[in-house]
Parts: sequence; structure tokens; C-alpha cells
Amino acid sequence: MSAATPDQSAEASGSRVITYRQALNETLRAELERDENVFLIGEEIGVFEGSYKITAGLLQDFGPKRVVDTPIAEEGFVGAAVGAAMLGLRPVVEIMTLNFSLVAIDQIVNHAAKIHAMFGGEVKVPMVIRFPGGGGQQLAATHSQNLEVWYAHIPGLKVLAPSTPAEAKAMLTAAIRDDDPVIFLENLGLYNVKGEVPDGEQVAEIGKAAVVKEGTDLTLVSYSRGMVTALQVADEFEQKGVSVEVVDLRSLRPLDRDTICASVRKTSRAVIFEDDMLSYGIGAEIAATIGEGAFDWLDAPVRRVAAAEVPLPYAKPLERAAMPSAEDLSRVVQQTLDATRFTK
Amino acid sequence: MSEVTMPRLSDTMEEGELARWLKNVGDPVAKGDVIAEIETDKATMDLEAFEDGVLEKQLVEEGTIVPIGEAVAVIGDGSGAGGGEKPADAEPAEKQPAAEAKEEAEPAAGADPSAESEPSAESGPSAEEPSGDEQQGDEQTGDERDDAAAASAGDKPRMSPVARKLARDHDIDLATLKGTGPNGRIIRKDIEAAIEAGAAAPGTAAAAPAEPRAQAEAAGGDRDSEKVTLNRIRKVTAKRLTESQAVPHFFLTSVVDMERLIALRAEVNQGLADTGVKISINDFIVKAVALALRQHPDANASWNEDSILRHGRVNIGVAVATEAGLLVPVVKDADRKTLSDIAAEIVELAGKARDGKLGLDEMTGGTFSVSNLGMFGIDEFTAMLNPPEAGILAVGAASPVPVLRDGQLVEVPKMKITLTVDHRAMDGATGAAFLRDLTGILEQPLRIVV
Repeated sequence: MSAATPDQSAEASGSRVITYRQALNETLRAELERDENVFLIGEEIGVFEGSYKITAGLLQDFGPKRVVDTPIAEEGFVGAAVGAAMLGLRPVVEIMTLNFSLVAIDQIVNHAAKIHAMFGGEVKVPMVIRFPGGGGQQLAATHSQNLEVWYAHIPGLKVLAPSTPAEAKAMLTAAIRDDDPVIFLENLGLYNVKGEVPDGEQVAEIGKAAVVKEGTDLTLVSYSRGMVTALQVADEFEQKGVSVEVVDLRSLRPLDRDTICASVRKTSRAVIFEDDMLSYGIGAEIAATIGEGAFDWLDAPVRRVAAAEVPLPYAKPLERAAMPSAEDLSRVVQQTLDATRFTK
Repeated sequence: MSEVTMPRLSDTMEEGELARWLKNVGDPVAKGDVIAEIETDKATMDLEAFEDGVLEKQLVEEGTIVPIGEAVAVIGDGSGAGGGEKPADAEPAEKQPAAEAKEEAEPAAGADPSAESEPSAESGPSAEEPSGDEQQGDEQTGDERDDAAAASAGDKPRMSPVARKLARDHDIDLATLKGTGPNGRIIRKDIEAAIEAGAAAPGTAAAAPAEPRAQAEAAGGDRDSEKVTLNRIRKVTAKRLTESQAVPHFFLTSVVDMERLIALRAEVNQGLADTGVKISINDFIVKAVALALRQHPDANASWNEDSILRHGRVNIGVAVATEAGLLVPVVKDADRKTLSDIAAEIVELAGKARDGKLGLDEMTGGTFSVSNLGMFGIDEFTAMLNPPEAGILAVGAASPVPVLRDGQLVEVPKMKITLTVDHRAMDGATGAAFLRDLTGILEQPLRIVV
């Protein structure tokens, strides 16, 4: 397990309760201070302090060479960051949301991800591309997507998806210090979530999932914002006497298959909760992983709870209906228990 | 309208077999009417209606094993009477509107983003039901679709992977199993129950070939033959005894002079007259066997494939004939209990056995068994081993035998006891020494009480 896990109880003097947003902001500041090669680049991150205020106060303290405002030209500034990284800087790119990264996808997939391998390992691309994904804010179909699976599919990239403020700190630190291009997935629904964050330097181990709640009866796998719902449902079932183990993927690529399979070998039942669409999603990869690594231990089919396969509607009731809910998850967990005639 | 669910009829019950429907769909029922017979692992019991009305649905067929709490019937006012709808059908029916709404929603949203009026908010798609594409059935839907095909094909049983692995590891004969998961899927619980019930065979139990059955059916001809459906006790007995037959075994018989024991018993029972406790010959034998086993740990053993397990406790199984079949409740630590304790315990266990109320822990853990057919006037017989125990003692009747004593012909009660031995765990001399000492104890019965 990594240095920072969501359930880690920090000592009274050694931690503070802050928001996910604040944890990101403080981590960027700490890394800017620590390494002069680190710089931030993106739209409106300087004077305007970022669309979601993640970079608040940083232009003022570090100046326009370290906090670079760009035009609305994702392909351009991601490409610039790739070049800077190749020459030894450590750019941290902010793209306003995951949705706009599609404009820069050629730079990400065909350049950032490939250069190290295609140049015979002689060049590194140590950069981070941060953006929030997710729906639920009535931003309609084009601004509410969970396309992290696109990036998780690409060798050469690392894809991290912290679910708590403490994880955000430890994983962003690790991402900035990593020598590979890292896609750093945040979530609009998590920015205001508060949590205890340990003081001092925290560096997560990339590629490790975390068992954030131990249990014996059923494994619940999720990541990013989905973890909030997963833990809520796990607690609900715990009160009914069902011991649910909750696995936070944390790193979508590399994927920690061992932790997932070890958990399912213990529980024999697995449900995956994801904000993205069901078809070809993260859950499909997890289900296949379980099929390959824990088949002989399964007592019921692996079930997935995911978003409806529609462009996310703008209307609030429809948006709510299309996104996977705690009720959906509870129902599928119960069905999985029933399918094995689970009794306390 | 209300559902009648599988009740919990005993502490250890987890499921029951709906053995027989006594009311048909459409029959009026009154509160307290017996609508079906439920067979548990221990006994057959009545399923009563809890309210007046009409039996509208039988949700399971006869012979189905149903977990506790699952609906088996619906009683209503009669308006809903009809077909044997399975409970699994209820849910998809409920889901139907949502699925339809989704089909509407998808093309609408694709064609025109201003799809406000198309899908209704209530029937929004739920996450685990992917819409549109036929390929993406959720688990529930997929299962049912398969089920129709599997039912008609009547092929291999459905099994969860962990159940399959466990069955393989424990050599469980799948033909004897009934799946209690969705659509009859054999799940881990079913295998665990089979292992507990002793369906596990060390080595492979020979599956009963079809031929004997045909022969058996031909033997009696048609006239007056009655086919008795097997209850669970008989199925388990048949299976275990078939396995038992595969154990290499031999028999040793000894004749016991019972004069002193019978006299002692009369004396003891006279002394106990006020207490209501009565010690039987069998109680003396159980205690004597336990004491002899304590002296001969080799005989209190089990063949364990790669080793022999010498049991630390002496737990004596006592064969009890019941209407439902043979049961062998176990007197635990019989070597440490007093005769009156053993007597009281056997009375209690035998009573429970006849009522089908024995708990699983009262039927397991035996290290040696005693089977007594003396009360039927049987002179001597051989008993079949009760695996994994390595020995069983068959006790005949104590019958008067003329004996020359001091030149006088006198009548002495003699009893033949026959020991069946698992030769893998015990050799002839070991068994013989045990039997010799057992005979000695029975012939000097004060050793039992002191």
C-alpha cells in the first residue's frame, strides 16, 4: 500500500482537513518550490487562477515563467509541454476538462506516449496532464464525459485517479516526479470534498490499488468519484451484516490486477462501480481481470454498475437518472448476494 | 395478495425441498390449511397458509429445493390465479418499462439533442441495463435467455466457478446435486452442503449404472409394485454405504457371557427406580465400547488417505432406525460420561432422530459406531462401516445357551458381537485385541461402572 491511503488516520499534529481542491493547490505550490524545472501551463490558470481555482495564488507567487497562461489552443500548449518535457523541464498541464483533451489527443497519444519508446529510450517525457472528468454538474453531454478509459488504453501513459484529498496530494506529487507522461484525472464532483491530509511530503506509489475498507463477503471496485458512492453503499451493507471490501483502483494504468484478484479470491463476489459507460469501460477491464485471475473463486457473475449509454442529458432529472446511483449499486450488490444465497 | 415463503422449520435448516403440493392453483385455502409438504434435511413438515384466500400461484415445482425466505406460492383473492410463474420472472417484468423507455431514449437523443419530451424522468435507464444493442444484455437478462435454451437442451448443470472447483477438489458427484442459485445454478453453498452431508467420497464413488435400475424395475413386474421416491436420508445412506462397500474390511465375532451384566443392570436399575432413569443393555455396551477404545487408540481411528487419524475423543455413533431411514446420532466423549448420562443422552438423541429434529452437530464427529439389532431377536449380523470411522460393532440378542458349569447344565445368556474393521486403518490382531478386551469388560461389568 502506498504512503497515503484514504482511511489513513493522521496524527493530531500531523494533518489537516482540507478540500481536494486545496490539496491540489498546495501540492502544485510545494512542487514549484521544490524543483525549478516544474512549471504550470494552461488556459486561464494564471490571472484567472483556473476555471476551478486549482492554481489560485500561484501566478502571484511564482510569476509568469512558472505559471503560463495560454490561448484556447489545447493542441498547441500540450505540444509545447511535450517539447519542454523532452528538453528536461517538468510541465504540469491543466486542461479545463477531460472533454477538451480530445482536441489535443494526437499530442497526448501519438507524441507524449510514444516518444520515449520510439526514440530508443533516449528521451523522456516527464509531464503531467491534469483535468477533471465526470458529469453531474448540468454541463450537458459534451462537457460531462468520463473518457479516462481512452487514455488507460495507451501504453506509454500512466493514468492516475485519486479519490480523496490525501490521495490527490500523494498522487500528484508522484505524478510530477515520475519520468513518464501522466494523465491525472480529477473530478468536478470531488473538488469540494474534504478529507484529512497528512502534513509533509507524501509520495504515492504509482500502480497500486488500495483496499480502503476490508471485508469478507463481497468486493466492490471503484475509483475517483465513484469511490464516494462505493464507500457509502459498503457502509449501508455493513450495517446489515454484510462485510464489503472496497478496492480503490487509484491507478488505471498501470492497473494493480493482483490487489483486485486477491480481494475476489477472498470474497467470491465482485461488483464494479464506474461513472463511465458500461460498454468497453474500466469495469469491463476489471471484470476480465477477475475472470482471468480469480475465476475459480467466483460464486456469481461479476456485475458492473455504470452510466446509461446515452449522451448525458442536460435536464437535471434526466442527468441524475442516467448517472449510476447509490440505489443502482445497492440493488446490484443485493442481487449478487442473493445469487449466492448469502446469509450472515 | 401475499406470498407464502419457505419457513425456517429447524435451527439448522437453510433450505427445504417442496416435496408435494397438497393444494392446486385455484383451490380455496383457509388460514391453517396445509398447502404443501416441505422436506428438510431432517424431517418432512407441513407448510400452512397464513391467511384465507385462493392459491393463485405455485412458484416452484415439486422436488424443488428452496432457500428459507424465498416465495413458493401466492395466495390472493383468486383474481390472479394462473400459471406457475417463477419468481425470477417477476423482476424482469418490473424492469420492462425501463428497458422500453431506453430504446426510445437512445435514437431520440442521438437524432436530436433537444430530447426533453422523449424519455420520461421516472423510467430513466438504470445503470446495469445497457440499452439498445442486443449484445449488451445485463447478467439477469443474459441468464434468462440462456435458461430457456438450457432447459430444453437438458445438458450440463449450471455451476459457479468456485462451486465447480470445490466439487472437483472433494469429488462431489454432480448428479446428486440440485443447484439453488439463480436458474438452478449450483453455487458454493450447495457444494458445501454436499460436503457436510458426507456426499464427498475419498476416491471416486462409482456412479450407479443405469442397468441395475432397469433390472430392478423388471424384477417385480408391473403388478402391485410401488415406486418409492427417495428422501434425502435414503439418498445419503445409499451413497455412503456404496462408498463403504469399497473399503477393504473384515469381520471378527466374539461370544459374550452376559450373565453378570444382566444381573448388574437389574441391580442398577432397581437402585435408580426413583429417578426414572433406566439403563439399557445397549447403554452398557456403548460405555464398554468407549472404555475399550480408550485402551485401544488404534481402533478409535480413521483412514485418512495419506495417514491414519487416531482420534483424541471417543465419540460413539448409535444407529437409530426411523421411518425416514437410518440415522446415527453421536454420543460425544462416551468414555467420560456416566452410564446414566449416556442412557439419558441416547433416549434424547433417538427421540430427536425419530422426530427428524437432530442437529447436524448431533450427527457428526463420530469415531466408532454401535448397531444393535438384538431387540429384533437377531442372533448375529455384520454391520457396514460408517466412513470415515474404522470400526463398527454389530450387537445381536442375548440368548440363553446351555452351559456345563460344575457338572450342571445351566442356562447362560450369551450375546454375539461382531466387529467390522477397516483393514487399511487396523490389522486383524489389533481388532482382535480390542474385541477381546471389550468382551472382558462386558463379562466383568463392574469395570464399566468403576
